[in-house]
Amino acid sequence: MTDLTKLKIAEARDMLAKGELTSRELTEAHIGAVDAMKSLNAYIVTTPDIALAQADAADAQIKAGNQKAMTGIPIGIKDLFATKGIHTQACSKILDGFKPEYESTVTQNLWDDGAVMLGKLNMDEFAMGSSNETSFYGPVKNPWRATGSNSDFVPGGSSGGSVASVAGFAAMGATASDTGGSIRQPAAFTGTFGIKPTYGRCSRYGMVAFASSLDQAGTITRDVRDGAIMLESISGFDPKDSTSVDIAVPNFEAALTGDIRGMKIGIPREYRLDGMPAEIEELWQKGIAWMKDAGAEIVDISLPHTKYALPTYYIVAPAEASSNLARYDGVKYGHRNIGDGGGLDDMYYATRGEGFGDEVKRRIMIGTYVLSAGYYDAYYLKAQKVRQLIADDFKQAFGQVDAILTPTAPSAAFAFGEKSDDPLAMYLNDVFTVPASLAGLPGSSVPAGLSADGLPLGLQVLGKAWDEETVLKVSGVIEQAAAFTAQPQEWWR
Amino acid sequence: MSNIDKATVAKIARLARIKTEEDKLEPLAGELNNILGWVEQLSEVNTDNIEPMASVVDAKLRWRTDEVTDGAKANSVLKNAPKPEYGFFAVPKVIE
Repeated sequence: MTDLTKLKIAEARDMLAKGELTSRELTEAHIGAVDAMKSLNAYIVTTPDIALAQADAADAQIKAGNQKAMTGIPIGIKDLFATKGIHTQACSKILDGFKPEYESTVTQNLWDDGAVMLGKLNMDEFAMGSSNETSFYGPVKNPWRATGSNSDFVPGGSSGGSVASVAGFAAMGATASDTGGSIRQPAAFTGTFGIKPTYGRCSRYGMVAFASSLDQAGTITRDVRDGAIMLESISGFDPKDSTSVDIAVPNFEAALTGDIRGMKIGIPREYRLDGMPAEIEELWQKGIAWMKDAGAEIVDISLPHTKYALPTYYIVAPAEASSNLARYDGVKYGHRNIGDGGGLDDMYYATRGEGFGDEVKRRIMIGTYVLSAGYYDAYYLKAQKVRQLIADDFKQAFGQVDAILTPTAPSAAFAFGEKSDDPLAMYLNDVFTVPASLAGLPGSSVPAGLSADGLPLGLQVLGKAWDEETVLKVSGVIEQAAAFTAQPQEWWR
Repeated sequence: MSNIDKATVAKIARLARIKTEEDKLEPLAGELNNILGWVEQLSEVNTDNIEPMASVVDAKLRWRTDEVTDGAKANSVLKNAPKPEYGFFAVPKVIE
């Protein structure tokens, strides 16, 4: 029998429908794969009993003729999504022991569509990081290794567990979340397909908040079609999130026509960075050639405020984080340290000093500073104005083009510790992903080639607000043209 | 513009209610100065007559009827509390 963990969601769905496969078989194979990749630290909690019960329920549903989009498909859930009665800590010590009494809307949508939960996935603490090195549960190893090397690389972040589980064949898909690039950058580092929809497309109810004006759920899968299927499942209006938008969810899979003839693809000149590795530029040129070959028209565009996106982000996101994370006080849930002195403030200081990791503390402090009296206008208000200019750049560009094509990240995956001592070097990883996050636009990362060292590289596709269909369609054309069939060696088995 | 010294870090840490050891203040001052020095490039951007962005989506906030839609879940609310007492969150004594 073929290795069931190598199947794509769409393939498994069709086999399940024809009775050629049961969800129990599929799920058992994946539970085995999850156990076999423990050394990668992608899963921090596994839920095999829940998975098997859901698999049996899925098989019964299929027998009864009630197969839905994700029925019987085993997936992993980023630790950021509240799962009722199951460990949910956003990989922070401060949420120690937290088992929510409610379910996030994104995961509820998946269960309603019949999906099977394998466990909770590792991530940077509160999604603050680009390498998964800030997790309280330790880093995740990238399933990919450089050609001829036994060294480990970071999987990217913050959705490091999500991408490692999918790239390493221990989940058919995974939920993820994007605040500044936490879906697209790790997807690029692991040869997976990541998509972040328009802000407001997915409910944020039950997602642990980092920066509320930026946070948006999305998916990691092994190809574009699977991404379309899973994204459609998690999308939709939810009255429980005031920023969820009541707009119909299209059939995303139907958008994958492969036909982009006559489409205008923008190439932003500001994304050509000084000192960018030649192989990133070459990959971009390849992508441009693929677009032309498919009959699209290439348009040079300008997004003049691009260089200000990262500094804007590093004011807005920490400001919102400092406010959101004020809720962790040792009173309502999670970790408590009573501290010395016996007072309420002593408890706050001790609980928060001990419960948050260094990067989270750093961002809370930056946020506290830029929001403090006398600095609010100079930093926060200024950043929100520049953010408007960045969004206006995109609005203008999308008056001329249907989609924008760029590299996803300025490099391939890097080694552990390489950037963790230098916050600014780490932040620069998100230089290509942050602008669209600030503008709330949909974006994807498609595996498009390998670096000279044999590590995956991705191309980013950005679309207009609410036009995930074009993002998916263009992504599908890149996928076809790139014919990316490389897979990581399963050295962990 | 920003010149964060040890005393400022201590003040920020106090505002954020994060216990920070004395020997961490100096390194943190360095890190925060680096980051804030870098974000200061935003001052180059002319933002005269630009409204600060309040929301990335054009959608208007929805209205709903002012009615109770949820509640009566005291046990659920307290379920994860580190130290619930008599149906309440319990904290160290705050008044003498």
